[in-house]
Amino acid sequence: MTLSLDREPLAPRDDPPARVVTANVTLRQRVGEIWAARELLSAMTRKELKVKYKNSVLGFVWSLLNPIMYLVIFYLVFSVFLKNGIPLFPIWLLSGLLVWNFISMVVPGATGSILANSALVKKIAFPREILPLSNVGAGLVHFFLQMTVLLAGLVVFQHGIDVGFLALVPLAIITMVVLAAALGVFLAAVNVFVRDASHLVELALLAWFWLTPIAYPFRQVSDLLPRHGIPFWLLNLNPVTPIVTVFQRAFYNRTSVLLSNGKDHLPLLPDVGILWHLTFLLAVLVGSIGVLVLSMRLFRKLEGNFAEEL
Amino acid sequence: MPPAIEIRRVSKKFDIGKESFDSLKERLVHLGRTKSEEFWALREIQIDIAQGETIGLLGHNGSGKSTLLKIIAGILQPTHGEVVTRGRMSALLELGAGFHPDLTGRENVEMNGLLLGLSRRDIAKRFDDIVEFAGEQVASAIDRQVKFYSSGMFVRLGFSVAVSIDPEILLVDEVLAVGDEAFSQKCLAKIKQFQREGRTIVFVTHGADLVREICNRAAVLDHGLQIADGKPAAAIRTFREHLFATGRAGEAQSIEVEDEEERPAGDTRPPRRVKAIRITEVTSSHAHQSERQHVYPGEPVEVEVRYRAEAPFDDPIIGIGLWDPNGHRIWGGNSLTLDASIGRLERGDGSVRFHIASLPLLDGHYTLQIGITDRDGQVIDWIDSMDGFEVGQHDKSVGVVALQVAMERRLVAVGPEQAPTEPTGADADADAAEPTKAADTPAVAEPPAVADQPLINAVESLD
Repeated sequence: MTLSLDREPLAPRDDPPARVVTANVTLRQRVGEIWAARELLSAMTRKELKVKYKNSVLGFVWSLLNPIMYLVIFYLVFSVFLKNGIPLFPIWLLSGLLVWNFISMVVPGATGSILANSALVKKIAFPREILPLSNVGAGLVHFFLQMTVLLAGLVVFQHGIDVGFLALVPLAIITMVVLAAALGVFLAAVNVFVRDASHLVELALLAWFWLTPIAYPFRQVSDLLPRHGIPFWLLNLNPVTPIVTVFQRAFYNRTSVLLSNGKDHLPLLPDVGILWHLTFLLAVLVGSIGVLVLSMRLFRKLEGNFAEEL
Repeated sequence: MPPAIEIRRVSKKFDIGKESFDSLKERLVHLGRTKSEEFWALREIQIDIAQGETIGLLGHNGSGKSTLLKIIAGILQPTHGEVVTRGRMSALLELGAGFHPDLTGRENVEMNGLLLGLSRRDIAKRFDDIVEFAGEQVASAIDRQVKFYSSGMFVRLGFSVAVSIDPEILLVDEVLAVGDEAFSQKCLAKIKQFQREGRTIVFVTHGADLVREICNRAAVLDHGLQIADGKPAAAIRTFREHLFATGRAGEAQSIEVEDEEERPAGDTRPPRRVKAIRITEVTSSHAHQSERQHVYPGEPVEVEVRYRAEAPFDDPIIGIGLWDPNGHRIWGGNSLTLDASIGRLERGDGSVRFHIASLPLLDGHYTLQIGITDRDGQVIDWIDSMDGFEVGQHDKSVGVVALQVAMERRLVAVGPEQAPTEPTGADADADAAEPTKAADTPAVAEPPAVADQPLINAVESLD
């Protein structure tokens, strides 16, 4: 991570470890504090999960039912009613939907996290970034749970995956986590001062979902762009798109499919090599890290008044 | 050994008038029209707290004492300056603050411990002690969700966790007053134990008696300014004076004006404020100044107070207090109580004189306290325990007040029917235990303040 943006930490002091409360904390110190509180982060993550399903009979089953419901509805709408003709549409859909479910769970959760824990923020000193980050952690747990649904689908339909692209999946997951963390930390801090942020996020996510090629194939839009003189890869300006397409390449494993009428081919994904995907994925990762650093700086700046604003 | 807590020129600014515009629409609507007002909750506070010291932060609501405690705790960040703390710290701002109602007592103990900086292993090690200290009632319900706890159980468990981290620095807000009496005693006993063990304790309160009881040092804050720091007795006196004086109705005029000295561009520190009116000199005198330094009981004396007004000021109140060698106030009054309104002060120097027609006091050194407040009682300047009068005496009576006492001897035949029917045993005992009581307590006494504090008495008996 680029840490050179900040001034050097304060001069070391004599004797027992001194803790300094000041408006000037370097990013390096802050990251150190968060790291020191990692047990707290994991406990907070577990709390997020536990509290969510406390007193509910089905508990974690709910987090599986949600994507399954999506699957059923989208399958009915797109495959049955609209007849998009994509074979094994649920597998295609779920590959992208996993990523989206993560983003759409973490970002709003993190946005409201400081407000939701105002009692803690007002009375106890701890690195407050833990609060939005614990939403990222909880989202990640859900992500892997829902992943099992996809894996089960692959087994049931005997669908082969692309082993080469599978190697990109861990990097895609990391990118997804950093992106969500960057947005979450930023929005959590802003939401304390401008409460509209949480409403804005809801609306933005709705639009964002349909701007991301999940329910429809990438090529369906990208093939239209060159006609207007726009390079097709501009679709990747949406930072979620490169992540989603890697998942789709890896798990759905086709760039185009033969439609069920048996004659026409439907292009799904750009017919490019793994390097193309890797490039965009890395671009998003680097960009997300940059945003995360800026978000944390902003967070620190605003944090000093959290307790007073709540 | 370096101090446990160093508060280095800490200032805290809040932008007030802003919080009502939390939504974007309101912000847009009011854009440019609302200049949020700066409010300095703390100004250049500078206190070093040595290890093992128990310091009380005294002040009334809005004095900034809680803000300062939160900054020491790291909950708020100072706008300028910094606070350095050395050692594990536990802040008792609100007991059980971190508890989530849907989690069980056990889960909450773990969570709260982590929030306070313990590791999971430490918590496991201390878990049994924590539950035990919280009491049997909590122990039997430790695996139930805390939303089913009574508020008493909630507080007990919260306190247990907070003290279990073995803090080297303990920050205590006025939370201990809540909860049942038995538990309050337990808390105070624990705090006293910490004190004996040489830990550093910062105690925020507006209860002067608690400070007198527990602290060996006290700092008084008023409107974000540090107005006293020292021995509890002296600090409490200053604080009391404040409290009496505070009627606080309506808008007060600024008791400070900005220093006119040039400040370098880009200096964002709060502008240096100087007192609007400054006491420049206080002199006491009596008629026989040239012959002897001391006065005799009953002689007239005079006190002259010189001041400098840095800006025109309406209706200031100048007060004077006279204290005996034991630290009791014998008399206090001001321009208001003396029906001598000052009116408007123009910028510049001036003086007032207090004529005391007779000083009916006995042998001893009496000190003066001079204060200037605005009409709402907000202190502008203050001078404490300065030399006042040295009283000598001709006779050999003891005490403080030179009462005019004549004695008459008369023989009365005592008949048997005069046996006392109302024994006053209790009073007699009290008098016997404190023979000088009557003399120590002058007519203008401090209000009784100790009696309504069962907390303190309880602790005394525990100790």
